[in-house]
Amino acid sequence: MDSHRINQLTHQRINQSRRDTDMKIVAIDKKDWEKGLDRLREAYRLIGPVKEDRYHYFRELPQGQAPDFDFFNTRISAKEIVYPQSEDLFEYTLDETKEDYHLLKEVEKDYSPKAVLGIRPCDAKAVELVKLNFDTDDYKDPYWLRAWEATTFVGLACDSPCSTCFCTTAGCGPYHEEGLDVLLADDGDRYVAKVLTEKGENFMKAAGWTEGAEAEARFESGKSAAEEKIVSTVSTEKLRSADTLALHGNEEMWEDISFSCINCGTCTFVCPTCWCFDIQDEVHGKQGRRMRNWDSCMFPIFTVHTTGHNPRGTKLQRVRQRFMHKLKYFVDKYDAGIMCVGCGRCVQQCPVNIDIRRVCDLMDRYGATDACAVEG
Amino acid sequence: MKEPTGYEKLGYVPEIAHVLKAVPMTEQEIFLDLRLPGKTELGHAPGQFVQVSLMGIGEVPISICSSPTRGDTFQLCIREAGTVTHGLHRIARYAQLGIRGPFGKGFPLAELFGRDLVLVAGGLGIAPLRSLITYILDRREDFGRLIVIYGGKNPRTLLFKEDLADWDKRSDVELIVTVDRGDETWQGRTGVATEPLAELDLQAVNTRAVVIGPPVLYRFAAMALFEHGLTPETIFFSLERNFHCGIGKCGHCQLNDLYVCQDGPVFRLARLLDRIEAVEAWAPEEDQDR
Repeated sequence: MDSHRINQLTHQRINQSRRDTDMKIVAIDKKDWEKGLDRLREAYRLIGPVKEDRYHYFRELPQGQAPDFDFFNTRISAKEIVYPQSEDLFEYTLDETKEDYHLLKEVEKDYSPKAVLGIRPCDAKAVELVKLNFDTDDYKDPYWLRAWEATTFVGLACDSPCSTCFCTTAGCGPYHEEGLDVLLADDGDRYVAKVLTEKGENFMKAAGWTEGAEAEARFESGKSAAEEKIVSTVSTEKLRSADTLALHGNEEMWEDISFSCINCGTCTFVCPTCWCFDIQDEVHGKQGRRMRNWDSCMFPIFTVHTTGHNPRGTKLQRVRQRFMHKLKYFVDKYDAGIMCVGCGRCVQQCPVNIDIRRVCDLMDRYGATDACAVEG
Repeated sequence: MKEPTGYEKLGYVPEIAHVLKAVPMTEQEIFLDLRLPGKTELGHAPGQFVQVSLMGIGEVPISICSSPTRGDTFQLCIREAGTVTHGLHRIARYAQLGIRGPFGKGFPLAELFGRDLVLVAGGLGIAPLRSLITYILDRREDFGRLIVIYGGKNPRTLLFKEDLADWDKRSDVELIVTVDRGDETWQGRTGVATEPLAELDLQAVNTRAVVIGPPVLYRFAAMALFEHGLTPETIFFSLERNFHCGIGKCGHCQLNDLYVCQDGPVFRLARLLDRIEAVEAWAPEEDQDR
């Protein structure tokens, strides 16, 4: 799919969520920021970036703690806000004298409203991509969807992107609005907030931030300035037309790409769009619980059969699967661009410097050279 | 259990099933007959699978080996392989276990109606195939020839011996059982399952084939069936994968754009040929776990 089509889809989605609300811009004086947060705490659990050691992570913000907006991006993506790394689903007792012995009971979870402050536009769009997997006609994943419905996404536009950011060519951007309810931009002694959805409007009301502002220009100029700073790119235009068998079959290319991989799984762990999980039981004494944990297609046991046969037994096969899923299978299946938002975390944190930008470009060369033929 | 609201199908919650029978079949496999209390039937189609829970240990995907035409219980044939199946092998009559499902798309019954059928199973593949064979026998007049080829390692590992004896007696079933290696009591065929497959006399145009087995069987069975004039359009494979959720979410069984647990496990071969990972998996096992 070309970038034009990606933009079209993106705008469709944003427009849908905007249906019931007139998009407006609100100014928030930084002096009123903490007061607003306190008001918000009456209705929301607040989550935002907090610096721990060298990096920022999303953490709950207790009374008196404001989100730290002096950051490029968080070390781990925001996917854990909706989809925790380890999530209890059920609990049960193994005590045979108890009446409810062996009966799985749903673990009570807090689905009260929460707001994530300072999520970057790339992470917010990633949540929308992950939703394609969890919200299908056949099965609506109840845990993911309840958590998603309970969350208000208050984004922070990226005015200082990293050298590893390539969002602008990954169907996203530093001021991208998809998946966000509010988009904040830093404007000196104030924030300007673009209210994008009804959820966002409720959030702003709860904070008491209602003073309208003529700041469209701030968003326009900020957007183009930020976009200009992003120099790193990927080519994705021809991925859709690329021949799956030819791509898959180029062992030489995959050997080259996967050569240094140590199957550590860091890329899948930090990726905002990786959604695979495992279901496991854990027992302490007589008390059992069933949970789901993030899993990784980089691990050999991910696909191993009962018989010991492993359809993805080699490192080459696993690395190929990860990139083919993100950059080809996903593209073909959902018609929503690549399964990557260009956050650059895997590029930064891969211990052996495997770079999705290079892989994407290599794969894109497999597409039709005539762009018109692709669309036809 | 608290009924969660707002989402019609809650795929993760197991129902409690009662074990009516637990009978060892071989050194490795146990046969379970199960019932969901308060429900008349599981509501499955031949070829589907369930997730079986043993509380405190975990969950495993097991194919259903009984036909929905046979009353209100359902049956599983379970090989002891890991911690959950180890526990299931020690389960007693009247015990409880958790069942989620049925999941996936089973055999293409509508397309099998009225046709000659060649059903090939290797090893534990006979378990899901038994659900189809039993279904066909219960509606025998709706189908053409029924050829069943079942290959095992040795006579001791053969499953469903009573069923085999029963099918062997029937004139409307052409049953061929072969083992890789016989023993002093074995009077049947020896050799791999693809040998009798090659010897068949088939009317390819009105024949459909179903193959379930270890990876290596798929490749050689397909080659033998192509020789008979069958095509990727008329051959169906039931695939094994490491299913965890069963509802197309967890990613373990992903095959290109498909989830085998939802889109399969039964696939028309034509649908697999351009999803090369499936084909690749049928190569003899080498270069594993590097």
